[in-house]
Amino acid sequence: MKTQNQKAWLFVLPVLLLVAFNALIPIMTVVNYSVQETFGNNLFFWEGMGWFEKLLHSDRFYSALGRQFFFTGMILAIEVPLGIIIALSMPKQGFWVPVCLVTMALPMLIPWNVVGAMWNIFTLPDIGLLGYFMNHVLGVSYDMTQNPTAAWATIIVMDVWHWTSLVVLLSYAGLVSIPDAYYQAAKIDGASNWAVFRFIQIPKMKNVLTIAILLRFMDSFNIYTEPFVLTGGGPGNSTTLLSIDLVKIALGQFDLGPAAAMSLIYFAITLLVSWVFYTLMMKDD
Amino acid sequence: MGWMAWTWPTAFVFIGIFSAMGILIAMEIRWPGGNERKGVLGLTTTRGDRLFISLLGSVYIFLIWLGVFGMPLWAPVGIAILWGVFTFWKV
Repeated sequence: MKTQNQKAWLFVLPVLLLVAFNALIPIMTVVNYSVQETFGNNLFFWEGMGWFEKLLHSDRFYSALGRQFFFTGMILAIEVPLGIIIALSMPKQGFWVPVCLVTMALPMLIPWNVVGAMWNIFTLPDIGLLGYFMNHVLGVSYDMTQNPTAAWATIIVMDVWHWTSLVVLLSYAGLVSIPDAYYQAAKIDGASNWAVFRFIQIPKMKNVLTIAILLRFMDSFNIYTEPFVLTGGGPGNSTTLLSIDLVKIALGQFDLGPAAAMSLIYFAITLLVSWVFYTLMMKDD
Repeated sequence: MGWMAWTWPTAFVFIGIFSAMGILIAMEIRWPGGNERKGVLGLTTTRGDRLFISLLGSVYIFLIWLGVFGMPLWAPVGIAILWGVFTFWKV
C-alpha cells in the first residue's frame, strides 16, 4: 500500500505566506472597501451591496466592459492565427533559428509604458514616422488623437506588434517538439499540408496554444499602461477600456467603494473566462 | 488592521471560505485523493474543484440578480445554496 506523506505541504508554506501577503490580503481589503463609502481619513460608512447594484445598472460600466471585450477579441483573433502562421514559417534548424528567435523576442523585452510612448510619437501626424507617412505621403487622413477609428486601429496594431511574439514563441516550442516520425508517417500516407496541420501540428500544439491564448486573454483583458500612455482613453471615451475607467474612478475621483466593486466584478469575469476556457481545453486529457 | 476597513459581514464571508477550505484539508488528510469523479457537466472534479465552482457560481448568481432585479438579495441566497448543494452532489 502507498504510504501517504503530507510533508510536502510544509514546503509550500513559504509561497502561501508570500501569496497571502501580496495578493490575498490586498484582495480582502478590496472586498471590504467594496461594501463601504469613504471620504478619506480612514473613515468608512456601510454601503452594503449598493455599489454593485449601481455599477450593474450603469451604462458607463457596460460600455467600458464592451470596449474591453472588443479589444481582447480583436487582438486574440489577430495574434493567435498570425502567431501560428509565423511559427509555421520559421526555420526548424540552422543559422536562421537564433536570428528569428531573438528578433521575435525583442518587442517583448520593451516595457509597457515605453511601448506606449514609442507608438505615441510614432503615430503623431506631423512628426511621427507612421503619422507623417500616412498623412503626407499616402495622403490618408490618420490622426489617432482625433479619430476614434484611428485610435482603435493604433492600440490594436500596437498590441499585435508587442505580443504576437509570445504566441509565436510558444507555438514554435510546440512545433519543434513534434517528433519527425509523425511527419514521415504523414508523408507515407500522402497527407496534404492541411491534413498535417489539422491532425498533427494543431493537436500537438494544443497545450502550449491553450497557455498562449490564456496568457494573451488575461494580459489584454487587464491591459492598462499601453493604451493609457498612447490615447489616455480618448478621443472622448472611445478607447476607455475597463481598466482605464477603473483607475479613473479609483485615483481620479477617489471613489474607492465603487472602484473596489468594479475591480471585483472585473476579477470575477477574468476568473470565469480563464477557468471555463482552461477547463474546456483540458477536459479530454 | 484599521487600514483594511473590516466589517463583520465581509469578515464572515472570509471566515466561511477559509473554514470551508479547512474542512476540505481535514477531509483530504482523512480520505486522500480528493474524491475525484466525473460529474454531470462532463468535468472531472475533486472536492476542491467543487468548492471553487460553487463559490464562483454563487458570485455570478448574486451579480446577475443584482443586475436584473436589484435588492433585496434573499432569493439569490437560496439559489446559491441550491447551486452549492447541486455542485457537491452532481458536478
